[in-house]
Amino acid sequence: MITKKTFRSLLILGAALSFGLPARAADEVKLLNVSYDPTRELYQEFNASFAKHWKEKTGQTVTVNQSHGGSGKQARAVIDGLQADVVTLALAYDVDALFQKAALIPQNWQSRLPHNSAPYTSTIVFLVRKGNPKGIKDWDDLAKPGVAVITPNPKTSGGARWNYLAAWGYALQKNGGDEAKAREFVTRLFKNVPVLDSGARGSTVTFVERGIGDVFISWENEALLVVNQLGKGGFEIVGPSVSILAEPPVTVVDKFAAKHGTRAVAQAYLEYLYTEVGQEIAAKNYYRPRLESVAAKHVKQFPTVKLFTIGEVFGGWQKAQQTHFADDGVFDQIYKP
Amino acid sequence: MTGHVTHATPSVERSERSATAETPLVRWLLIGVALAFLGLFLVVPLAAVFVEAFSKGAAAYFAAIREPMAMAAIRLTLIAAFSAVVLNTVFGLVAAWAIAKFDFIGKSVLITLIDLPFSVSPVVSGLIYVLLFGMQGLFGPWLVEHDIKIIFATPGIILATTFVTFPFVARELIPLMESQGHEEEEAAISLGASGWQTFWRVTLPNVKWGLLYGLILCNARAMGEFGAVSVVSGHVRGQTNTIPLHVEILYNEYQFAAAFAVASLLALLTLVTLGVKTLIEWKARQEATSPV
Repeated sequence: MITKKTFRSLLILGAALSFGLPARAADEVKLLNVSYDPTRELYQEFNASFAKHWKEKTGQTVTVNQSHGGSGKQARAVIDGLQADVVTLALAYDVDALFQKAALIPQNWQSRLPHNSAPYTSTIVFLVRKGNPKGIKDWDDLAKPGVAVITPNPKTSGGARWNYLAAWGYALQKNGGDEAKAREFVTRLFKNVPVLDSGARGSTVTFVERGIGDVFISWENEALLVVNQLGKGGFEIVGPSVSILAEPPVTVVDKFAAKHGTRAVAQAYLEYLYTEVGQEIAAKNYYRPRLESVAAKHVKQFPTVKLFTIGEVFGGWQKAQQTHFADDGVFDQIYKP
Repeated sequence: MTGHVTHATPSVERSERSATAETPLVRWLLIGVALAFLGLFLVVPLAAVFVEAFSKGAAAYFAAIREPMAMAAIRLTLIAAFSAVVLNTVFGLVAAWAIAKFDFIGKSVLITLIDLPFSVSPVVSGLIYVLLFGMQGLFGPWLVEHDIKIIFATPGIILATTFVTFPFVARELIPLMESQGHEEEEAAISLGASGWQTFWRVTLPNVKWGLLYGLILCNARAMGEFGAVSVVSGHVRGQTNTIPLHVEILYNEYQFAAAFAVASLLALLTLVTLGVKTLIEWKARQEATSPV
């Protein structure tokens, strides 16, 4: 039961949040974390944990504000002046854009933190309706006629680009590296896509709530969230024979952090992701942890899938982006709505 | 707002009778179709919002609205709508006054320009501001240098809201002022009133109901605006989310009851708008028919 007094203090808190009280005490600090779509639950929990940790360590109260959306769209907003202290996006290319388009971070940003600045990983799996009525087992089944496939738009969504590359990588491996055959396969697959949402979360709602589609190519973490919490009992995960190792990277946005004087706390925020506590929270929210000790504890919740990296198959994000997702790239050529 | 016709001439009356002398079946069918359509497209969705909002009980409903992020969104929406209404009232009055009472070159261009926000997609109007005030935009570098935030902050949201609600007040006033002509103003001035006196004592009282009507529409649209605001918002919770954006976030986080609870505030706004609008129309009609 909320009393009148707490209601009033909530009101004041809301007002303070919306305006950013000008007379802010020195022992208070604010961070803005601009993130991609499915990390909402992860950072909600992580922010609370970090705030507690930081308070104990320094006595300073830290408030982390969140913004979520399709990874490419979010990067664009930061480039246009959304003053993020840290970004936690879906893929390295979107973070690269902060250097290339606006020089907000140094070129070597990815080597500043361990594991290519990706504190947790994920992969791409299939989410199907209960009982798997269309008998989806592997990538080939997605390109069959009569199967409706849900995936977000690779132009705006990071997850969708991982989806696309995972499919392409599978087809390459199956056909001994034949690019033409891979292209033909992915073309057929996208013929089965009735609607492209702009972000992963939009696609999840399309598949889970609106009931559209037979199979949803999804982030593993998002699929586990649906199966274990949101649509309990209504859905199943199918792990394909091979998939891509998705590494969602994080970085301090140097220019804005310097401007806000938040460099140290922003750095500590990201490093906390690599600690046992941070890794545990990541695992709890269905991201694959990097830390062996934590990974071992949660190994059972993740389907076993053979993983390849984007470096091995596509020569890194810059190259993959240029070939596949740039204007008039392969995706534009094969996807005709 | 027009004076209503009370008596028809006998000849018209006869033709009127024959025009409405349809069989009861046809009449009821037409009324039924109209009612069914209204019910299906207006009443059912409106009711569904409230049913969904209270699906987890009244406690959950009020908790969703009192939640700090929701309160911040409500607050921001009120600020943006209030600012847009004030700015557009001033502009609308000035523009309508200029257009209706004076003749000048470029008048038709001005009228077309006022209508522009109606024909431009809200997303595009949002992007215009990103292109102007974004960091890579025309004024971006200068703004950054002087530490002025427009895009992804309250000023940008106010700008976008004002832009999309630009025509409401002016559009309401122009025809009204034009129909009134400028005889009363001329009389006031020839009797020795100053420009301001003429405006406050003659022009404004003449258009007050029209103005109020425009304000109400402007306010309703400002509070409900999604597209343009979405582009310039940055979606930072508790800071740059308006009510419609907050509803989207809640919906995307599978908090359906909370999403509809907050959405019900906008639905309530619709009902209030409707009520006030009816009241204004009734008042205006009363004033028009009663001898002064």
